[in-house]
Amino acid sequence: MKAKFEEMAVVLSQKKIAADIYDLTIQTKDIAAHAKAGQFLSLYCKDGTKLLPRPISLCEIDRTKGTLRLVYRVTGENTGTEEFSRMAAGDTIRVLGPLGNGFALGEKKAFLIGGGIGIPPMLQLAKELNCEKTAVLGYRDEVFLLDDFKEVCSTVIATEDGSAGTKGNVIDAIKAHNLEADVIYACGPTPMLRALKAYAQENDMECYISMEERMACGIGACLACVCKTKEKDHHTNVHNKRICKEGPVFDAKEVEL
Amino acid sequence: MGDIKTSVNLCGVELKNPVMTASGTFGSGAEYCEFTDLSKLGAVVTKGVANIPWEGNPTPRVAEVYGGMLNAVGLQNPGIDVFCERDIPFLRQYDTKIIVNVCGKSTQDYLEVVERLSDEPVDMLEINISCPNVKEGGIAFGQDPKLVEAITSDIKKIAKQPVIMKLSPNVTDITEMARAAEAAGADCLSLINTLTGMKIDINRRSFVLANKTGGMSGPAIHPIAVRMVYQVAQAVKLPLIGMGGILTAEDAIEMILAGATAVSVGTANFIDPRATEKIIDGIKAYMRKYQVKDIKELIGAVR
Ligand SMILES: Cc1cc2nc3c(=O)[nH]c(=O)nc-3n(C[C@H](O)[C@H](O)[C@H](O)COP(=O)(O)OP(=O)(O)OC[C@H]3O[C@@H](n4cnc5c(N)ncnc54)[C@H](O)[C@@H]3O)c2cc1C
Ligand SMILES: Cc1cc2nc3c(=O)[nH]c(=O)nc-3n(C[C@H](O)[C@H](O)[C@H](O)COP(=O)(O)O)c2cc1C
Ligand code: FES
Repeated sequence: MKAKFEEMAVVLSQKKIAADIYDLTIQTKDIAAHAKAGQFLSLYCKDGTKLLPRPISLCEIDRTKGTLRLVYRVTGENTGTEEFSRMAAGDTIRVLGPLGNGFALGEKKAFLIGGGIGIPPMLQLAKELNCEKTAVLGYRDEVFLLDDFKEVCSTVIATEDGSAGTKGNVIDAIKAHNLEADVIYACGPTPMLRALKAYAQENDMECYISMEERMACGIGACLACVCKTKEKDHHTNVHNKRICKEGPVFDAKEVEL
Repeated sequence: MGDIKTSVNLCGVELKNPVMTASGTFGSGAEYCEFTDLSKLGAVVTKGVANIPWEGNPTPRVAEVYGGMLNAVGLQNPGIDVFCERDIPFLRQYDTKIIVNVCGKSTQDYLEVVERLSDEPVDMLEINISCPNVKEGGIAFGQDPKLVEAITSDIKKIAKQPVIMKLSPNVTDITEMARAAEAAGADCLSLINTLTGMKIDINRRSFVLANKTGGMSGPAIHPIAVRMVYQVAQAVKLPLIGMGGILTAEDAIEMILAGATAVSVGTANFIDPRATEKIIDGIKAYMRKYQVKDIKELIGAVR
């Protein structure tokens, strides 16, 4: 039962959708058919001096066509993501996936919360969750993917500079709209995840968060990408779980942030 | 042409080919068996294991550097008991040799692991006296010839399997350490472990690794590794396992020509989960191209 594939994917399209944010669609052979919301890919650079794969979440999955949509931020000059941003239709890129556990789909009334570059993976989840749901998206300033979310569920946003939606963060937006839910699914910067963990605890909600750490193998072998856990992990036999393997999605109660 | 011979003998242990995994980059193989047939490998060298579970270092534990990477995993491991119950039976399903990498903070720690492994079906022990990422033990043993000699002879007294001493490149003269290990009865030497490095994030003005320093591996260290394998090959009679930045069959052959009987492939696994198999195929292609009938003809052939 092979579950992960290493492939040369073909770029179908790529466009810039906000400052430094790129929207890439690739054709895969087997990966898309096996992929779930919340999983990610390892993307390899062509530049041989950049050895390690870049982990990028799946933003949309089309299992019948075998295509994947990835939305990512270029982090600076001479980076791997900058190399990716120069790709155009017809180019190929080596990828490994699908990796990680992904979100478990529930039926309880849900918040789908994304912060910054943590927003993209919430889109596929929004499409798959078959329940009452509201997307809560937090941006610094420039808004992206908003129309995509509005097509699949009710969506509220917050911006740090107040240029759109509620001024402030995602919790400010929830409060401003008097929203309620039973479960939180979230991806974003650690301070946001920390705040949501506390918010969920105060309001007696379930909370599932997608975590980030620097990776090397991406498949659970090297122990680079661990996070601290409350209980001893079954595999590692210490209080560490591998984000690339047991994660990236964890029950917020299980992990230390 | 089925008549090329790729098998090598490492102090009595016959490997079907000279390619093995480098400790810490391959776990115990469970994650890679989806991509690579472990039965094709000369041996699997497992992640360092100690007498008790170790939590390892805080994250970030890895950083990319030009042509290489730094790691400061800090030898996180589940402890020898879980290793024996789970990882050894897993690896026994495959037709490959098992080499267990052993780490410790004190001589006693190492001896406990070696003793515990004495009745286990493993083929060799690789003693890591060269890990730069733990505060005590590890590398301290590998940077002083007297300590190398002492720990080697203590381990040799109780080990039931052939003992490989893994040398650190973070020394002035690696041949001194190699001679010390040989004098104390080591059966084999492996080199090199990682070179201590550092990366600073200029935007945040902080260290990238939580541990500040980390061990450098990958293609950028390959020439240093080749040089050290060559020097040690001239200094001792023991068989050598060469490693450091091997990405391709060409890199592996270079290491063998410099004097290595076998090679370990580490960081390359992160770049391509089928790296080991491709290197084995590439070595065979090289042998056919140059009509090398037996790989032993290549070992230390460049002097
Ligand atoms: C599970 C997971 C999913 C992710 N999903 C997305 C996504 O959908 N969209 C997106 O834009 N970003 C995502 N990221 C972050 C993304 O992986 C990094 O921004 C990217 O690796 C940076 O690479 P670079 O070439 O731009 O930077 P460089 O500076 O060239 O990277 C150097 C090294 O550091 C690693 N690195 C740097 N920043 C990060 C980081 N924040 N997280 C992990 N590794 C890092 C790189 O992978 C590389 O190995 C995700 C990270 C993880 C762990
Ligand atoms: C992530 C990582 C973990 C490692 N863990 C160990 C270890 O547990 N024990 C050990 O002896 N060497 C360890 N090493 C060192 C490698 O086995 C090898 O000596 C070194 O990386 C050089 O080879 P390479 O350039 O092919 O990776 C580790 C290396 C890396 C990159
Ligand atoms: S990146 Fe290697 S274990 Fe997660």
